[in-house]
Amino acid sequence: MNRKKNQKPLGMLSISLACLTYLFLYLPIIMIIIYSFNAKESNLVFEGFSIQGYLTLFQNAVLLDSFWNTVKLAVVSTVISVVLGTLATIGMHRYRFKFKGLINGLLYIPIVIPELVIGIAFLVTFALAQMQMGFVTLVIAHVTFCLPFVIVNIRARIAGFDPAIEEAAMDLGATKRRTLTRVTIPMLTPGIISGALISITLSLDDLVISSFVYGRTMTFPIKVYGMVRGKITTDVYALSTLMIVGTIAIYAMAQFIQKHFEKAHGQ
Amino acid sequence: MNTRRQKRYQKNTIPILSMVGPTGLWLLLFLAFPMVYVLAISVMTKSYYHGVEWVFSLESYKSLFQSRYLKITWDSLVLALKTSIICLVAAYPFAYILSKMRPAVKGFCLLLVMLPFWINGLIRLDGWANIIRDSGIINTFLLHIGIISKPLRMFKTDGAVLFGMVYTFLPFMILPLQTSISKIDPSLIEASRDLGCNKFRTFVRVILPLSAPGIFSGIIQVFIPSLGAFYISDIMGSNRLLLGNLIKNLFMSEKNWPAGAALSVLLIAFTLAALKLYSKIGSMDDLA
Repeated sequence: MNRKKNQKPLGMLSISLACLTYLFLYLPIIMIIIYSFNAKESNLVFEGFSIQGYLTLFQNAVLLDSFWNTVKLAVVSTVISVVLGTLATIGMHRYRFKFKGLINGLLYIPIVIPELVIGIAFLVTFALAQMQMGFVTLVIAHVTFCLPFVIVNIRARIAGFDPAIEEAAMDLGATKRRTLTRVTIPMLTPGIISGALISITLSLDDLVISSFVYGRTMTFPIKVYGMVRGKITTDVYALSTLMIVGTIAIYAMAQFIQKHFEKAHGQ
Repeated sequence: MNTRRQKRYQKNTIPILSMVGPTGLWLLLFLAFPMVYVLAISVMTKSYYHGVEWVFSLESYKSLFQSRYLKITWDSLVLALKTSIICLVAAYPFAYILSKMRPAVKGFCLLLVMLPFWINGLIRLDGWANIIRDSGIINTFLLHIGIISKPLRMFKTDGAVLFGMVYTFLPFMILPLQTSISKIDPSLIEASRDLGCNKFRTFVRVILPLSAPGIFSGIIQVFIPSLGAFYISDIMGSNRLLLGNLIKNLFMSEKNWPAGAALSVLLIAFTLAALKLYSKIGSMDDLA
């Protein structure tokens, strides 16, 4: 009875307020999509419908390059962060040791301290080490700020973990390594996936930290940053629109696969 | 007993090193060292060629008291505070509505809040620029119907920077608020109603205090990044420098590393002070 009372349908006021918030969040995105079909090459005025932006996009090697760099960077950094993060989380959950507090403290630095400071710290450190700025320095920087988010996500999962299950696996004759790969890691998978998703999102969108360490490896956000103070050409809007469509498609596919998977393994 | 414990330590050393070691080493090399290095630079002498000369000096910290730096720091703090307050006021009703939804609908609505993150933040800001600039949609429309005779100045103003900040960081306020409000036990709200509180009083005396962890977590997640976000004022703003732009310039163009490092240390100090306050109320993991 009470439950029903709590879940009465939302009032008109609530719905219009929610719609207003979404309008605020999505209005610029709608603008991007509209302007990707602009007949004029600059973004300042809309002058009629055309797919010219999409056609020039596929000839704009610099722009496409920056896009692939960004994707590569996100994938490589996420893989490294997930491997390091999964092992570290399990290790920190399972054992007590001396420097746990230090590691925990360090992990919070990228979460709480403004990105700008992290970017600058990398700039001066790489300069000291005389490292050539480029893809490698980008990966190091991205792993460093993604790793804590991966660990926090996996840790949230491991917290509600019954140690008896691992013990049972070992009692039944599994070796430590087998228990890890067959029991522990599969149980952590949802946390690993959500951590990986956050890591990809952070890496794809990062401008602040990358802008200090990119050298000659142009990423998409840095490329856009260079353009955005002057004028953005239509092909950038076209690429962004394709990214929006791609994101929605990937998400819908993931949902579909998950539903399918649940049905198959549901009973 | 003692030897047994020792033996257990020895037995665990290898798994601990192999599991936590790589991450620990990574964090030491690429996080601890760089931060300490910035701290060290802040107490050295500036050099126009290498950015820093290894002679101890507190000049950089003294230079923070220049009226130029003080004004920029103050402006940035005020802007970050305004951003946090506007985000809080704008996000609370929405977060409250979200927390009242059925789980399936809520999941979808939360996804819609997150989805814009997948599109580059600069381009989304540029989307707003196309709406509010002098030749943008609003001005074109108003000129067309004849309400105004010359474009309203909205783009490249301080107001536009504040707007861009609120736009960029609003989701960081919505999410923790929603989590926190959802955790409130509905029977507490019913109890308050049964004991004679009206809706407003229930909100002020019960819901608001119980969502305090979300409020603080949200404020921190908006306040701290908005202190360092140099790109928003680059795109939306007039030429007013903020702390983020200033630090970036000191490192990249002015080549005064010690002053830039000292300002970074100041930024870290603000952050730690905010976190110190927060740690009394909420859990650190909720910030991620």
